[in-house]
Amino acid sequence: MNETSPQGGTPRADLGAGIFVVLLGLLTLYAAWAVPDSPLYAQVGAKAVPYLVGAVMVALGMGLSAVALRGGWRQENEEAMNAPPTNWRALGLLAAGLLAQLALIQWLGFVIAATIQYVLVCAAFGSRRPLRDLLIGILVTLGAYLGFSQLLGVNIGAGVLEGIL
Amino acid sequence: MDVISGLALGFGSALTPINLGWALLGCFLGTAIGVLPGIGPALTIALLLPVTFKVEATGAFILFCGVFYGAMYGGSTTSILLNTPGESGSIITALEGAKMARNGRAGPALVTAAVGSFVAGTVGTLGISFVGPLVVEVALKLGPAEYFSLMLLCFVTVSAVLGGSALRGLASLGFGLMLGLVGIDLQTGQPRLTFGIPELLDGVNVVLVAVALFAVGETMYLAWRHVDGRQEVRPVGRLWMSREDWKRSVGPWLRGSFLGFPFGVLPAGGTEMPTMLSYYAEKKLVSPEHRKEFGTTGAIEGVAGPEAANNAAAAGVLVPMLTLGLPTSATAAIMLSAFQSYGIQPGPMLFTQQAALVWTLIASLYIANVMLVVLNLPLVGLWARILKIPTPQLYAGILVFATIGTYGISNSVVDLVLLYGIGIIAMFMRRFDFPTAPVVIGMILGPMAEQNLRQALTISQGDWSTFVTRPVSLAILSLALLALVGPRLWRAWAVRRG
Repeated sequence: MNETSPQGGTPRADLGAGIFVVLLGLLTLYAAWAVPDSPLYAQVGAKAVPYLVGAVMVALGMGLSAVALRGGWRQENEEAMNAPPTNWRALGLLAAGLLAQLALIQWLGFVIAATIQYVLVCAAFGSRRPLRDLLIGILVTLGAYLGFSQLLGVNIGAGVLEGIL
Repeated sequence: MDVISGLALGFGSALTPINLGWALLGCFLGTAIGVLPGIGPALTIALLLPVTFKVEATGAFILFCGVFYGAMYGGSTTSILLNTPGESGSIITALEGAKMARNGRAGPALVTAAVGSFVAGTVGTLGISFVGPLVVEVALKLGPAEYFSLMLLCFVTVSAVLGGSALRGLASLGFGLMLGLVGIDLQTGQPRLTFGIPELLDGVNVVLVAVALFAVGETMYLAWRHVDGRQEVRPVGRLWMSREDWKRSVGPWLRGSFLGFPFGVLPAGGTEMPTMLSYYAEKKLVSPEHRKEFGTTGAIEGVAGPEAANNAAAAGVLVPMLTLGLPTSATAAIMLSAFQSYGIQPGPMLFTQQAALVWTLIASLYIANVMLVVLNLPLVGLWARILKIPTPQLYAGILVFATIGTYGISNSVVDLVLLYGIGIIAMFMRRFDFPTAPVVIGMILGPMAEQNLRQALTISQGDWSTFVTRPVSLAILSLALLALVGPRLWRAWAVRRG
């Protein structure tokens, strides 16, 4: 179809996916090699299957790369062909939300960290009312916290608000 | 135990108030989840897995089965009112259903989908009750070599037969196998693929992977392509089918059910193929006066048939899961890990050793099916309102639940890093059209296949030819090979003939 559309009828992106699969396979092969030889006798040791999976992944990745070099498979996927351009603002805000969660969850606890994440993710998807999102976010995270810790009996760790509850 | 006394036993324990309560909760939750675009039963059951620590097995599985059946009912509502199929099996329903809704016939489309799901669910559940014990009798004769071959067949069918490309499907499967290898090898006690990170010694948690693939990756992909604006939800209108609608729906319901169930049972890889076949069959069989409705104003046959096929196939998936321990869908894989967390290994022994559990589970499928058809039509207004949750709040909420479900596993930030990392991979998988279900199936089934491989080779004293000299194993392997290369040879042949 349209080889020069902005989201790339170019096979370069598809080639990246193929190479990634090859790298995953190589990583598996390396990890298989790194497993120490077992002193226990076994017909099939701990290394065989990782070697097999790694080798198959490398072969599949090379196959995908070959397909990519012959034009890629992008044009088969209608959804990706018609996709709107990358929304950097949304991705950036989403990433900020996830990083905030990682940085704060052990320090301030789940409820506060997740509320901050909630507001940032809402903003990523185009919400323009952060205060309302903050209120809804507190309710949702508190609900999730109480549901998991009280009903399901899961330990969600300590935190500022969790201590009060 | 024969089928009738099994069912009697099952209904006896499923009809207690507490178990009915679990079924109702599961159906309600499942429908709500199914209605929400972007999340499905696999994710929900994964998040609910902690239930297994608190509730006895019967209650938990009744809940899960309710979610499983409920999500299928809910999915059709979304396809019809929003034209956004919630899961792959509903794509075809969205085709005709959304057109009917646009022409003011959302009501009949919803009714035919709900009643069709009920018919298919009943056929499917009857199928499980009667086919299941037969499969068990065969399965009891299989040794490790046959099991390994069967698992290879399963790998091929779930990843390579359907979908755009065998290469991409198998690469997804390989990623899942790789994740399944992480941790301590059970037979030799050696750590594998842990890269010196102590948190990885216990392996990668399946909940984490399911949540990363189905919630985090999906949310990231949507953010990547986000355009501000709202989707239109079509009004429900009057929930009513005319006498003619009924007459036009009955045939498709039955054909769809009997077409879909075998596809689920024979690990034929998902619900896309039966729904598609049912759609083309109905398009062919429809009376000439209604044929022009297909693709224009929306034909009721095109909703009734595929929706029934979808539900019957999904029910059929429970047969290999319960009788052989082979999951052929992501949801079945998660359910299998729920069994494992009770220390129960699904397989032929399940029907003898856990007869009460199995038959209660089957009985609760009948009950869930009735509950859903009663619950769904009157509550369709409520489900339509769920669709009006704005996108920002919906996805922010999904991420909150994804995070708490993962953090709750062991309160470890390493888990969250893995969750978001695999989420990024899942986002690219979506972008490059790699299927995600094979990842979960490979991750659960991979270690089981390895165990059977090693057992088979220990029995044969290291002789790899055991897989081709045992006739049943050879037959299964030939089937797997045929499934892998057959479609491609066929296509090449068709191209040559022009």
